[in-house]
Amino acid sequence: MSTATLSWRQYRLERRMFWRNPAAAFFSFFLPLLFLFLFGAIFRDSQENLDIIVPGIAGLSVMATTFNALATQMTFLREQGVLKRIHGTPLPGGAYLAGIIGSAATNAVFQIAIVIVAARFVFNIGWPQNWPDLIVFTLLGITCFAAMGVAYSHVIPNFEAAPAYTNIVFLPMIFISSVFYDVDVLPKFLADIAEALPLIHVINGLKAGLVTGAPLSDQLSDLAVLAIWTVASVFFAIRGFSWTTRD
Amino acid sequence: MSQSAPAILVRDLHKSYGDHEAVAGVDFEVAAGEIFGLLGPNGAGKTTTVEILEGYRKRSGGIVSVLGFDPEQRPRALRERTGIVLQSCGLYRHIRVREAVAHWAGLYPHPRDVDEVLEITGLAERPNEPARSLSGGQRRRLDLALALIGDPDLIFLDEPTTGFDPAARREAWTTIRQLQELGKTVLLTTHYLDEAQALCDRVAIIKEGRILTEGPPATLSASAGRYRVAWRDEAGKLQEREEEDPTALLHQLTSAALARGAGIEEISVTRPSLEDIYLELTSDPVDEAV
Repeated sequence: MSTATLSWRQYRLERRMFWRNPAAAFFSFFLPLLFLFLFGAIFRDSQENLDIIVPGIAGLSVMATTFNALATQMTFLREQGVLKRIHGTPLPGGAYLAGIIGSAATNAVFQIAIVIVAARFVFNIGWPQNWPDLIVFTLLGITCFAAMGVAYSHVIPNFEAAPAYTNIVFLPMIFISSVFYDVDVLPKFLADIAEALPLIHVINGLKAGLVTGAPLSDQLSDLAVLAIWTVASVFFAIRGFSWTTRD
Repeated sequence: MSQSAPAILVRDLHKSYGDHEAVAGVDFEVAAGEIFGLLGPNGAGKTTTVEILEGYRKRSGGIVSVLGFDPEQRPRALRERTGIVLQSCGLYRHIRVREAVAHWAGLYPHPRDVDEVLEITGLAERPNEPARSLSGGQRRRLDLALALIGDPDLIFLDEPTTGFDPAARREAWTTIRQLQELGKTVLLTTHYLDEAQALCDRVAIIKEGRILTEGPPATLSASAGRYRVAWRDEAGKLQEREEEDPTALLHQLTSAALARGAGIEEISVTRPSLEDIYLELTSDPVDEAV
């Protein structure tokens, strides 16, 4: 069977497994949406705030469904020996990872779709202003954070530690990356840190796509920072990869 | 089937972790269609050796050939022809029994029938049971089912019956013997010496990374040479003696009994079991002193 067919079968299995685990489905799927509606309700009278929060939640969703989900899941699969068992079968490693990462990417795309619909019908922002921006930054954000999640799973010692390890990255990053408020309110050193991290650049691009409609050519610095993070993450995701817990 | 090409060939295998040499020059061959047992205490190098053959670890030195392939290169053609039951190995938390076996079937070019494999592994009655709610023994059967579904020529079984009750162990043995009847080759590691004695055509006993002895279980017992003669003497005391050749002793005992005009109580002549050989070879001097 071809690698593409095997990837597709693995992807379908991953989707079934995802929906059978309500806790995981909730945390990586509904929680960002809950944020969206809570913050939307709090700031419903300020269009200016909504224009920040809606793309902010979109960026948070991309990160949660890929980085958080994959860092945790890869740690689980490694620790439980599922990776090791798979490694003993003829399934090519690339096809297996494509299935898992594809499933995480599906969740991210679903969430972006829900944010788009909510922006139009709930938050009075309208349909996306610039589709190329939105598509490019969604895909680049997914690639970057998925690779970061796989790479980060290499340093997580065990499954019990996984939530703490991911949250120590995720929570500070969402608080300084213009998810809930404009980055201008941050002290300079925090804003500088945020600018060096990938999330704010995903959000800038999504904001251009969803709200401002600024052309892609205005987002070149965001693209550049994301490209660097993506290349580095892919490198470390592959380099540190281990199918087993030992050696 | 070709008798000339062994299914597994291992020559002067070495594996070191830093200064520690886990495998220190191991040689053995497993013929096609044979059930071969690798026995030894924990940390003897069994699992390291098997994981090198399975392609999970790289060797430090020596020659290894599995079905004509070098497992270190991890050729897909080899993985399509091998089934692996690892010592402990998880599965998706929410997968169901039949679903897992059917998914695994899709990974191989010529899989066996899913329901047939569920049948021979004793899982046919609960195909929709979530794998995580199976008992330890049933989980082990699912491990076996996933290893068999690709219809492999060679099956690695790393302690396949650990956690089984005696009846389940007998059933597993029957399944393993059926594999042999189908012409499969089996490499088994086990802690249970009765299992090795019952199943294996040949065994190798490994300790501290070296093979201490190798051969058919019956021959290993015989080569240990001694017979143990036990009987109750005329004073009613149990006596026991080990002899290279028990003929003279038996003659002496029987003629004395005849002279007394009484039978000999509780006489037995036994060969050492595989377990006796194993314990003798693998026990440390310290243990003996205790």
